[in-house]
Amino acid sequence: MADQLAIGSRSGLKPALPLLLPAYLWLTVAIFLPLSAMVFFSFMTDLPLAGKEWAFTLGNYAAFFSQSLYSTLLFASLRLGLEVTLWCVVIGYPAAYVLAKVLKGRSREAIFLLVILPFWSNGLVRIFSWAMVLREGGILDTALNAVLPFKINIDLMYSYPAVIIGLVHSYVPYMVLTCYLTLQAIDDSLIEAGRSLGASRRQVLRRVIIPLSMPGLIAGAALIFVPVVGSFMEPRILGGRTGTFYGTVIEDQLVAVFNWPLGAALSFILLAVVLIILALAAPVLRRAG
Amino acid sequence: MAGVQVANVSRSFGAHKALDDVSIDFADGGFYALLGPSGSGKTTLLRQIAGFDFPDSGRIAIGGESVERVPVEKRRIGMVFQNYALFPNMSVADNVAFGLSVRGEAKATIATEVQRALDLVQLGKLGGRKPHQLSGGQRQRVALARAIVTKPRVLLLDEPLGALDKALRVDMQIELKRIQREIGITTIFVTHDQEEALTMSDRIGILRDGRLVQEGPPEEIYDRPQSEFAATFLGDANIFRGDATGTGIKLPDGTTIAASTGASVPAGAKASCAVRPERIRISTGAGKPHPANANTLKGQVSKRIFAGNNSTYFVDRDGQTLKVIVQNTGAERLVEGQPVVLSWSPDSTVLIAA
Ligand SMILES: Nc1ncnc2c1ncn2[C@@H]1O[C@H](COP(=O)(O)OP(=O)(O)OP(=O)(O)O)[C@@H](O)[C@H]1O
Ligand SMILES: [Mg+2]
Repeated sequence: MADQLAIGSRSGLKPALPLLLPAYLWLTVAIFLPLSAMVFFSFMTDLPLAGKEWAFTLGNYAAFFSQSLYSTLLFASLRLGLEVTLWCVVIGYPAAYVLAKVLKGRSREAIFLLVILPFWSNGLVRIFSWAMVLREGGILDTALNAVLPFKINIDLMYSYPAVIIGLVHSYVPYMVLTCYLTLQAIDDSLIEAGRSLGASRRQVLRRVIIPLSMPGLIAGAALIFVPVVGSFMEPRILGGRTGTFYGTVIEDQLVAVFNWPLGAALSFILLAVVLIILALAAPVLRRAG
Repeated sequence: MAGVQVANVSRSFGAHKALDDVSIDFADGGFYALLGPSGSGKTTLLRQIAGFDFPDSGRIAIGGESVERVPVEKRRIGMVFQNYALFPNMSVADNVAFGLSVRGEAKATIATEVQRALDLVQLGKLGGRKPHQLSGGQRQRVALARAIVTKPRVLLLDEPLGALDKALRVDMQIELKRIQREIGITTIFVTHDQEEALTMSDRIGILRDGRLVQEGPPEEIYDRPQSEFAATFLGDANIFRGDATGTGIKLPDGTTIAASTGASVPAGAKASCAVRPERIRISTGAGKPHPANANTLKGQVSKRIFAGNNSTYFVDRDGQTLKVIVQNTGAERLVEGQPVVLSWSPDSTVLIAA
């Protein structure tokens, strides 16, 4: 039975080829070509622009291993990715659950809009508005002091928490959306079946709903973790001096120092590390799902 | 085990009354069928008993105790859903084990109980499969095993056989009945299928627009329907409408029909009579004379449908088409267009108050 299905789908590939072709062409032009150019750069001593001399070298990659700063920053970025992803799960999953299983009709649409809204606003605007909220004498500080009977000083600006807040706000919609989709697909009768068998709401959540929404959690985590590890905008603007991460270093090389080869090499190292992490995590996560 | 008492339960969704003052006493250990057209409130009633939804008014008791404040998981019910609702991420054995495992039973106990339940539904060897690897009938049996393994007090089944084909359906009916007898559990079974309700249950309740129309043993409802709806919904019936005479009714054309069963309706009031198609004798009028007290009507065959062991005749009479079912005894068959005489006993005629 399974063999037949597999054969059936393989023979179905040929007629689909003309349909897939535009997509592959697009992938080639938009992703493969620029990416291979960057691979090429990463092995060069200097950019061939402006008639400069250049030669092939492994030095850009060697730089990562010879200076402990890069690996330290990479670890900091991985930790940042992990923390942001965790916060996105903690905030996004319950929100997705409420959207998919509790709210109905109009109120669902309204809340959905609120969740998606950050997507539609410009990233820089979003980050600078956080800056206004978080800085000393900013909106949060003023508001809390207006309500609380005692004086507190809230100055989260240029700190690690500020970076986390900004990133979580930017990326939590991914988690909400992917989890919403998988939660939506879980038939309510499964929940009722669990309850009729004597399971409390909590037990149903733990044994039925969470396992069944694992694909959404994993997809959301991957969508968040990868870009957050390489992020530079939020760390730079909200983190200030504390906001030096692997992504900001790459950005510096590309934008400020104009050392494209080093920047390219650093980003391919990041890509490799992220791929290795995802590959290691895949079997574990698949079993959990 | 325990009986279920539903007393004056009403439940509205907006302006729509899904249940309207329904009272039924489900006896301990009985097999009860809830029958009714789509949207009549069968599922809604089941959900009130299960505790997934709550009545606006009225009382529900399981085993003599009110369950008003008892959440689903404490009601000790077993439920089989129309779509089976098996957990797709768990194996068959884990599905069946779920109820015992959330209760915190020991692993060894769970294993033996699960095996026993799977054996009971004759799926002992399929414990390792995932639900999507099973046929519809097998899934249904897993759902049943899962529902009974926790030894619930009441088993609620919402059209569990709805998705099965005829042959499998009959097999499952027999099996379900066998299992129910074996464990002697109070069972409430929702169905669309009147034949299923008649063959399987000790008692039947007919719902219509949220109201309980009639309730009783299958024979009683079939032989003495209390409303035209009950008469036509459970089995086929010919309905005559007219004015009550005290012993039957008088049709608008003056013909009288004697009825010796059913309601007593004061003379002069509107009333109707129901006659089952298989109780009517059809003849050319030339043969054996009819008993003196028999009801007789003249008509004309408009159509005959041959179904092997029986034939259904449609007989036109005064603008009404009557249905007559005749066993295939090898006797001469009547042809379409032929004038015929219909006759039946007053004992087979049920008087119904309008
Ligand atoms: N959650 C709900 N919200 C609004 N209306 C509902 C809800 N549940 C049921 N109803 C309405 O109540 C009525 C009875 O529904 P119910 O599901 O009990 O019918 P049923 O007898 O089980 O029908 P079927 O045989 O089609 O399953 C229907 O008119 C239905 O539209
Ligand atoms: Mg229903």
